[in-house]
Amino acid sequence: MGASTRDAYAEALVALGMEHDDLVVLDADLGKSTRTLIFRERFPERFFDIGIAEQNMIGIAAGLATCGLVPFASTLGVFATRRVCDQVSVSVAYAGLNVKIVGTHTGLEMGQDGATHQALDDISIMRAIPNMTIVVPSDAAQTLAAVKAVYEHKGPVYLRLGRGPVPAIYRGEDAICFKIGKAITLRTGCDLTIMATGVMVARSLAAAKDLAARGVRAGVVDFHTLKPLDITAVRVAAEKTGAIVTAEDHSIIGGLGSAVAEALAETTPVPLRRVGVRDTFAESGSSEDLSRKYGLSIAAIVEASLDVLGRKEEMAIAGDQRQTKETGIRG
Amino acid sequence: MVSVILEGIDSMDVQQVGDRFQEDLSLAELREKARAVRRHIVKMLGACQSGHPGGSFSCVEILVALYFAILRIKPDTPRWEERDRFVLSKGHAAPALYAVLAEREYFPVSTLMTLRQLDSILQGHPSMKATPGVDMTTGSLGQGISAAVGMALAGKLLRKSFRVYALLGDGEFQSGQVWEAVMAAAHYRLDNLTLIVDYNKLQIDGPVKEVMNIEPLGDKLIAFNWAVSTTDGHDFDALTSVFREPIVPARPKAVIALTVKGKGCSFMENRVEYHGAVLSEDMVASALGELT
Repeated sequence: MGASTRDAYAEALVALGMEHDDLVVLDADLGKSTRTLIFRERFPERFFDIGIAEQNMIGIAAGLATCGLVPFASTLGVFATRRVCDQVSVSVAYAGLNVKIVGTHTGLEMGQDGATHQALDDISIMRAIPNMTIVVPSDAAQTLAAVKAVYEHKGPVYLRLGRGPVPAIYRGEDAICFKIGKAITLRTGCDLTIMATGVMVARSLAAAKDLAARGVRAGVVDFHTLKPLDITAVRVAAEKTGAIVTAEDHSIIGGLGSAVAEALAETTPVPLRRVGVRDTFAESGSSEDLSRKYGLSIAAIVEASLDVLGRKEEMAIAGDQRQTKETGIRG
Repeated sequence: MVSVILEGIDSMDVQQVGDRFQEDLSLAELREKARAVRRHIVKMLGACQSGHPGGSFSCVEILVALYFAILRIKPDTPRWEERDRFVLSKGHAAPALYAVLAEREYFPVSTLMTLRQLDSILQGHPSMKATPGVDMTTGSLGQGISAAVGMALAGKLLRKSFRVYALLGDGEFQSGQVWEAVMAAAHYRLDNLTLIVDYNKLQIDGPVKEVMNIEPLGDKLIAFNWAVSTTDGHDFDALTSVFREPIVPARPKAVIALTVKGKGCSFMENRVEYHGAVLSEDMVASALGELT
């Protein structure tokens, strides 16, 4: 297991803070959880705790940004999005201000705190806001690169981080080719493509290995940028493999699955299965138990892949039969 | 922790309030400006047939005092880094702000008649991207004050001497975010921040007291560790005096400006129904008749 993405976030903030004195950090009494306290120890004059007042935190971040500072406003994913939706929309996105909003402990990975603290709709909310960029790194090395890219990007960004240690996927050098908006192909396979984000990337790679043992060749693509979505990558995967599975620690409504569905339907419709939380609040439990119960496990990705492959084959057979009927010639 | 962070900043020379780069206007000239601004507002609202007359009229003197006697600004350099900032947190009073910005030569007076039309630089609520001179996008009540706190915080961090002013409606104090911002301003000792309350006692559904009582407002702000003054919001002598009072170190400043909603048009004054109202041709003519 590698480090957690939030630890990498803190490391990245300090590194950037040393280079750039316009970087400031805000938190809402959760510095221990978001790890921004590490930045506070190094740069106390550039850290502002706003207390349990997230809406005010977003507004203050906006005000700081109008004066040329680059604020990273951090809290738990639920409070960084749902709780402050209007503030983000009006004071940040519509105003066009260079504010970075960072949500940690997202998804079922949040675990034992339960439904009130599990962000399952944060991507949905932020995707609907114009001018917003959404970045979801999948491991610690990628997080280091992502935070740097987020700092350099001019405009509002939502950076979605997890909670626990995550398997290392990228070596330091690989992570350097991180570009906002450019999905990364981690594995090629001609039978179907698994498009994943965040913690589900590692699980998708494990699922692809499992599928390979069954003779199914699955590609895996890391969609670290949810907005703007790399539509070309979606289209190319659909054209080459003809079957898509999406996987996210998030609701199937409004997140990666929905974004991919939108792109597929408008460009290259192919069978799709969305792996994610199926429009329900979850509950308290360990991250592992919750993943199993709510359909986010490696097994769930494998099952979805086999299902979508089956539909692809059915469609191919039906296509052949139709062609035979029409022309009297077997395809 | 706060005193460690701000050590050294309290003792810096804070630019005295009132330094400015235009000639002093006399009180009579300021009143003349206010009349001109009201005439603009009437014509603008008449032309676009939507908007907020009552709350635009109640803050005319406050805005004229700020933009013609108090703020350190450069209309030909709207984003001048050292400028004093102004946030219209009660964003629906945009017509008043636009009229003042035009009179102050941020853009031509002729632009005013494009208010709320498609492609106009004058949006229904202030947009910092669209309009030169608008320091913050507002319109959703309770948010502008937070941004103003952020600007003041930036001023302290960057060791700048600009002041930040925010204008709120009294009804706006029903919003929780306002109190979050008020709390934070005192916590961070933002004595470079002035909050002005357009205290006209009315909102949409009725008088503020009846809809959701906010009293005692001054006492609450004092309890939140602000320095609070009250003034006649239509008297230029009183307004300029209160804005020029010496700053209380480490305390943000609140000015409760006693105002009349719809001030300047006898048929609108103190009437709830003119918060958001369409001005007919007759009303426009009648109002302009009173504003000669």
